[in-house]
Amino acid sequence: MTKADIVNRVLEKAGLQKPAAEEAVETIISLIKESLAQGNSVILRRFGSFQVREKKARIGRNPKTGEEAEISARKVVRFKAGKYFRAAVNT
Amino acid sequence: MTKSEMAEKLAEKIQVNKQQAEQIIDIVTGSVIEALANGDKVEIRGFGSFRVRHRAAKEGRNPKTGEKVFVPPKKVPFFKTGKDFRDTVNR
Repeated sequence: MTKADIVNRVLEKAGLQKPAAEEAVETIISLIKESLAQGNSVILRRFGSFQVREKKARIGRNPKTGEEAEISARKVVRFKAGKYFRAAVNT
Repeated sequence: MTKSEMAEKLAEKIQVNKQQAEQIIDIVTGSVIEALANGDKVEIRGFGSFRVRHRAAKEGRNPKTGEKVFVPPKKVPFFKTGKDFRDTVNR
């Protein structure tokens, strides 16, 4: 499934024209990205939550060459699926 | 950001009422859940991909009693952050 498929679902189910459905999907994606970029979690009940996690710097290894390399401290996005989502996938 | 807050912003951006905006958010998240429940994956450029990960059965232990318990195999939703999203958060 791609973004185009999601747009089609929105236009079918919400009765929007294609440009409006496209803008709606793009806006939802941007809102999630912007919120996380500011360090704020996004919590969508049933679906799940996106949050930013701070990772400390650590020594890693290049799996190809075996060389050690420092992995700098960074922020990563974590998605935790909601109970409903997990149950839907696991049946 | 909660669904309600997201709906307010979406409503303003695409000129629909808040109720319609909430419906659109539900359609989008519902499409992702349905795709994964059907064993499909969802790929959204610049954002990331949702797919199902399989966890093998294992022998666990009840941490309280130390008793051995069988943990059955499981399917869990997994989100892999896209490069653009990763960079946005890590700036």
